Amino acid sequence: MCLAVPFKVIQIDGNDAVGESLGIRRDIRIDFVKDINLGDYVIVHAGFAIEKIEKEAALKNLRLIKEVTDALG
Amino acid sequence: MLWDEFKKPKDIERILSIIRNYDKEIRIMEICGTHTVSIAKSGIKGILPENIKLISGPGCPVCVTPTERIDDILLLSKNKDVLIATYGDMVRVPGSIYGENLEKRKAQGFDVRIVYSPLDAVKIANNCKNKEVVFAGIGFETTAPSSAVAVEKAMNEGVKNFSVFSLHKKVEPVLRELINMNDFNINGFLCPGNVAVIIGEEGFRFLEREFKIPSVICGFEAGDIIYSIYRIIQMIENKVYKLENEYIRAVKPKGNEIAKNIMNKYFELCDDIWRGIGCIKNSGLKLKDEYSQYDSVKKFNLDLTLYKNNDFCSCGEVIKGKIEPRECKLFSSVCTIENPLGSCMVSSEGACAAAYKYFDLR
Ligand code: SF4
Repeated sequence: MCLAVPFKVIQIDGNDAVGESLGIRRDIRIDFVKDINLGDYVIVHAGFAIEKIEKEAALKNLRLIKEVTDALG
Repeated sequence: MLWDEFKKPKDIERILSIIRNYDKEIRIMEICGTHTVSIAKSGIKGILPENIKLISGPGCPVCVTPTERIDDILLLSKNKDVLIATYGDMVRVPGSIYGENLEKRKAQGFDVRIVYSPLDAVKIANNCKNKEVVFAGIGFETTAPSSAVAVEKAMNEGVKNFSVFSLHKKVEPVLRELINMNDFNINGFLCPGNVAVIIGEEGFRFLEREFKIPSVICGFEAGDIIYSIYRIIQMIENKVYKLENEYIRAVKPKGNEIAKNIMNKYFELCDDIWRGIGCIKNSGLKLKDEYSQYDSVKKFNLDLTLYKNNDFCSCGEVIKGKIEPRECKLFSSVCTIENPLGSCMVSSEGACAAAYKYFDLR
């Protein structure tokens, strides 16, 4: 039911869109996410994009993990 | 690709070596089927020391759906005017009678369709006007908003032969139920990232505020999970019992307001039964009265029991984290992926399926 991998939005038509991940294309709905543009990444659940993943946030997320490893020396 | 870095963030080895040297007995529960699969697939249990136990909790929507409700759907599916649409895993879940499931109904000539999204069910209803399309909607707060959109779409398009059999449930009530059990012995929670995307950090704040249980909202890659386990250990060691959000790339403090709003517009709380656990007050989501024409329960006058029968398998104990899949007498002898007896083996996100498929050594 749930796909934890982000899909890249490659087509938008109102609330209908097409997402692509690892070469697989899926119809997705984007009712729950605002300001979606082509090329954005979203998390998809039961055919719906439930959140957009910003590159910035992902980088911050990696930094969070890195801070710990750095502190461990 | 940036996302791939979470599979094995640089230097995660150093975090792992700290975890490996940790020697206290702790039990961490994951409450999400996707975590269960991810943990099994990446072999995380195999690299943790014996004393750190990862236990699967009630996080797989198919698994927690009780036999009683499957029986209700199976009964409904015998109505020649009804077409049952549901997610893939649901068709193999057995009811209380051995061998009975939706897949068998389909083979018997009744109309059962697998859909990928609830909107597909609305589409089917539009195309099959001579049938009453019943969408059996399962899932926690992550999928309930999508079912709400389906009802809205049916309303807007004047589709009258569509209804939702809501099996949707909320995560908080079942966690409270578990925590309040006498023999509760979990030291930390890996909170379900996808549910948190919708209900936000605030949806899990009660774990810190009321129960002081170290909890981390966690992403789904191996790196996310290992880092979150480390955080739980640190909290236990430092005696700070908080809720942390590791999955910051997807989970906001308040979650997804649009999705929450539409869920709350169409659904309201109801008492509901959980497999192996029984009735939990205000733990289910049903359509509000004003949308009763889209509610299968009202449309077909179903009398839903809130009484739990005796389950013939140990799925309930697995869901509560009381036993591990291997400890079930039927595991891999009688109950296999090819021939599943219980929901935890049927569901691709179930603890038994994960243990069976990925040969869980521990
Ligand atoms: S092995 Fe089968 S019967 Fe036993 S708990 Fe798992 S799913 Fe249920």
